[in-house]
Amino acid sequence: MPITRGFLGKRRGPERADRLPPGQYDTGSSWPTLTAEATPNLDVEKWTMSVDGLVETPRTWSWRELHALPGSTYFGDIHCVTTWSKFDVTFAGVSVDTLLEAAGPLPEAAYVMAHSTTGYTTNLPLADLTGGKAWVVWDYDGKPLPRGHGGPVRLLVPHLYFWKSAKWVTRLELMDRDRPGFWEQNGYHDRGDPWLEQRYQGDP
Amino acid sequence: MAAPAGDWTTGTIIELDHPTERLVRLRFHVEDRVDHLPGQHYVVRLRAPDDYTAQRSYSIASDPDDPLLELMVECLPDGEVSGFLHDVAEVGDTLELRGPIGGWFVWEGDVPAVCVAGGSGVVPVVAMTRYARRLGLQDKLKVVVVARTWEDLPYAAELQRYGAFIALTRENLGGRVAAPPYPDELRDLVAGAERGYICGSVGFASYATRLLEDAGLASDTIRVEQFGETG
Repeated sequence: MPITRGFLGKRRGPERADRLPPGQYDTGSSWPTLTAEATPNLDVEKWTMSVDGLVETPRTWSWRELHALPGSTYFGDIHCVTTWSKFDVTFAGVSVDTLLEAAGPLPEAAYVMAHSTTGYTTNLPLADLTGGKAWVVWDYDGKPLPRGHGGPVRLLVPHLYFWKSAKWVTRLELMDRDRPGFWEQNGYHDRGDPWLEQRYQGDP
Repeated sequence: MAAPAGDWTTGTIIELDHPTERLVRLRFHVEDRVDHLPGQHYVVRLRAPDDYTAQRSYSIASDPDDPLLELMVECLPDGEVSGFLHDVAEVGDTLELRGPIGGWFVWEGDVPAVCVAGGSGVVPVVAMTRYARRLGLQDKLKVVVVARTWEDLPYAAELQRYGAFIALTRENLGGRVAAPPYPDELRDLVAGAERGYICGSVGFASYATRLLEDAGLASDTIRVEQFGETG
C-alpha cells in the first residue's frame, strides 16, 4: 500500500507501543461510546443473568444472587474497532468462569451467543470466555457502570474488540456451531482479535 | 440480505474543497469500487514512511449512482486523520480506503423512515436524501437536522431544498426562533414512519432518541449511528 504523501503520524507514543494493537490510538482519559440502539432503562429488580443452551444445568441469577457470587476484577486495557484503545481501566463483577462452572458446559459446546436485553447479540468462541478472560461487570473504576457504557451490567471480554463485550447482557447461550451475532451479520469479524486486526469479515 | 462490503483499495482525490472553516469535502475515484448503500461508511487509512498507520471511519455522502465517492470530514481539535485531510491532503493524492462497511445504519428505500441528524451527523442522511431524490422516494424519507448555526450545518442549502426540517439552536431561521426541535414539531414527520435513524455525537444521539420517542416513534425501530471523540 502507498505511503501517504505528507503524513508522518503524530499520535504515536513509543512508551506504550507494545500495548497498542495495530491501527489503534490511545484515547487517553476519554471513553467514547458506540451504540446501535436506543439506550434502555434497565430495571435491576427485573433483570436476570442466564447461562443456557448446551449445558448440564441451565442457570439463572437475579441481580442480588449474582452479587453474592465471588467477585472478580479486571485491570488492563480495552480496544474498540473504531480504533480507540483505553489503557488501565478497572472493571469489577463476576468471572464468566464462575457462571459456566455452575451451569456445566456440555462437551460439544464450542461457541457462545451473548444476548442483551435490547435484542443485541454477539458471538464468541467458548474458549474466549473461559480461563479468566471474561467477566459480567457492573462496576467501573469503583462506581456503578454508567448507563451509556452498558450500565447497570455488561459483558467484558477485554482481549477482543469491544463490540464483543455486549452491553446490558442478560444471557449466554452455549452452542455447538458458530452463528453470527448483530454486528457479525453486518460485516464484522466472528472473533475480533485486535492484535490480529480482525475487524471485518474476511480479515485473517 | 447482507450489505455490500469492500476490501482495502486505494482512492485518488479528484475534488477537494472547504465548504466552511471546519469542514473538508473530498471526492475520490476509488479503484475497483464496490457499490454502497446509503448510510454505509468508509475507512480512510494514512501511512507514514515507516509504515505507522492511522485510520478513521467516515460516512459516505454520495449517492451510490455517483461516479465518485464523496466524504465530508469535520476537522477535530488535534485530529490525527481529520487534521491531515483538512490541512495537508490535495487533489491528486492517493489514499488507502476500505469500504463500503456497515449493514445496520442503511436505508434502501424499502421502509418509510424518519432521520434525525445533528451537526456532521447529517452526512449519511445526505446520502439517503440523494438516493431518495433520484428514485422519487422523498415521501418515504423525512429528515430533521439540528445544528447550532447555518454555518455549522454541512449541506445546509441542499437539505433545505430536499425539504428537511431544519432546527438551528443559536440563530433564527426564517420564522423559527433559535431552539432545539420540540416533539410537537416532529409529529407530522414521524407519523407513518416505521423506522428512525439517528446520527450525531453521543450527547445528541441520546437527546434525539428521547425526542423521537416523545414524538411517537417506537424505540425498537430506532437505529443509531453515533460518533465520539475520534480524530
